[in-house]
Amino acid sequence: MNRKFVYLVLGAALAVPRLAFAEEAPVVTAGEFVANNVWMMLCAGLVFLMHLGFASLESGLTRAKNTTNILFKNTFIICAGILTYFVVGFNLMYPGEFNGWFGFAGFGLDPGAEGNTVGYADGGYTYWTDFLFQAMFAATAATIVSGAVAERIKLSSFMVFSTIFVAFVYTIAGSWKWGGGWLDGLGFYDFAGSTLVHSVGGWAALVGAVLLGSRLGKYGKDGKVHPIPGSNLPLATIGVFLLWLGWFGFNGGSVLSADPEGTSRVLVTTSLAAAAGCLAAIFASWTIASKPDLSMALNGILAGLVGITAGADVVTPLAAILIGGIAGFIVIGSVLFFDKIRIDDPVGAISVHLTCGIWGTLAVGIFSTNPEHSFGIQLIGVAAYGIFTVLCATVIFLLVKVTMGLRVSEEEELEGLDFGEHGMHAYDVHLGSGGIEGGGPPGRPVLRPSSAALAAESR
Amino acid sequence: MKKIEAVIKPFKLDEVKTALLGIGVQGMTVSEVRGFGRQKGHTELYRGAEYVVDLLPKVKVEVVVADELVDKVVVTIKDTAKTGRIGDGKVFVSDIADVIRIRTGERGESAVS
Repeated sequence: MNRKFVYLVLGAALAVPRLAFAEEAPVVTAGEFVANNVWMMLCAGLVFLMHLGFASLESGLTRAKNTTNILFKNTFIICAGILTYFVVGFNLMYPGEFNGWFGFAGFGLDPGAEGNTVGYADGGYTYWTDFLFQAMFAATAATIVSGAVAERIKLSSFMVFSTIFVAFVYTIAGSWKWGGGWLDGLGFYDFAGSTLVHSVGGWAALVGAVLLGSRLGKYGKDGKVHPIPGSNLPLATIGVFLLWLGWFGFNGGSVLSADPEGTSRVLVTTSLAAAAGCLAAIFASWTIASKPDLSMALNGILAGLVGITAGADVVTPLAAILIGGIAGFIVIGSVLFFDKIRIDDPVGAISVHLTCGIWGTLAVGIFSTNPEHSFGIQLIGVAAYGIFTVLCATVIFLLVKVTMGLRVSEEEELEGLDFGEHGMHAYDVHLGSGGIEGGGPPGRPVLRPSSAALAAESR
Repeated sequence: MKKIEAVIKPFKLDEVKTALLGIGVQGMTVSEVRGFGRQKGHTELYRGAEYVVDLLPKVKVEVVVADELVDKVVVTIKDTAKTGRIGDGKVFVSDIADVIRIRTGERGESAVS
């Protein structure tokens, strides 16, 4: 129904053939079913790749002494996310018929008789693909938190928080819209998760950053901001490009089939928004801070991507550029604002995912070509997710704080979490690490004979 | 014998190295170091905020030569490492009590020539 309306406003020249296509769409042949399913599996793989993007970006924008720790968190999250989604998540988020607020369709997976036939999801994908694609999304929401709380949160506390968060908070909140719950009934629209994934992760990131406090030395007594530069901008850049690539699956897969017009259009709006977000952020950082800041340009790309995610399939290309461009300005303002009120977010996760997620969701109410979408309903959705996620995240974080503590010791923070939490370093640059012949933890003698000694022995 | 230590701008290393080899210096030790002088570094920007970087990257060149070569080495470094702008670095000259070439056991000036 919605899609037909979109086609109508596309213009008379396009509308006639597309209308005919839209009416035939529900009938999916076996060949189309295969194509749909292959596309959706590819998209699941692309969303998986986003986790490599997050890992690269976060390790690039934090200090070298915390690299192992941040990579460890990213490694853990994807695994915990997929497994909890198998145990409870999938059936909490998609409970079938339920009261609209909370439903649970049982533990584990059960494709049933129809699950892997054309009869499931209009032939867009199989039950198995459905699970995998959605599981990758779930893990994305949780991994957003790790960047904002980086360089000071206790590893075990983070693991407990993120597991509970991804298993219950993200999934129950998701069921309100994507599971067919009360917000879906109201007409709230969030195509691929500006709110459901990014804002939900962003709200939790905000709560975590507030409860933890800032990193030592970030803010001076006089209120001055002391920047803590990231260790590796090439890695951060790789991360953002991987995320952009992954977003083709994140948004492209949210079409929920390989519909040629739908998927290709979404990829276009997604890329236009990312590009506009980047240029806007470059312009903003150049004028406000007098120099073009690469980390801000990278945040601008992500801002555009998060911004377009809610409405990628219901806005025109021009609107996509506007949404992305405004997101690029907003993200810079947001980064400066959070620094001003002393909420320390090492990678800008709150500004990218929360602030731009809210903007993208509201933008649907402004730019959508579907007149059924309204700004008011979008605002209700944003508020509902904000209240629910902040409450849940606060309760979980406080429980974790009381029972196991939230923050590492001052000494450990200064020394670096790599050594404190893991007893290892990400980069083997210590003077005692074995010299030219290589390897080994600091201080351990190198037992491997040198090439000269080997040569002497063989004579 | 004297040791000449020159702390210079990193991009001047190649020029200084070539010039020193040209006047008969046989070897040198180079290390990447950080430091500051009267200027106390400079300010950089990160995510909208300024901060002071006082310890700037420099290159330290160490050369040990016979007494008669010292003035030539000092003048060569002074001329090639100079840009005329703040941060060109410094040259330190100190006495060396002895030098031993590990491979042959030679001592004194014959070990550095």
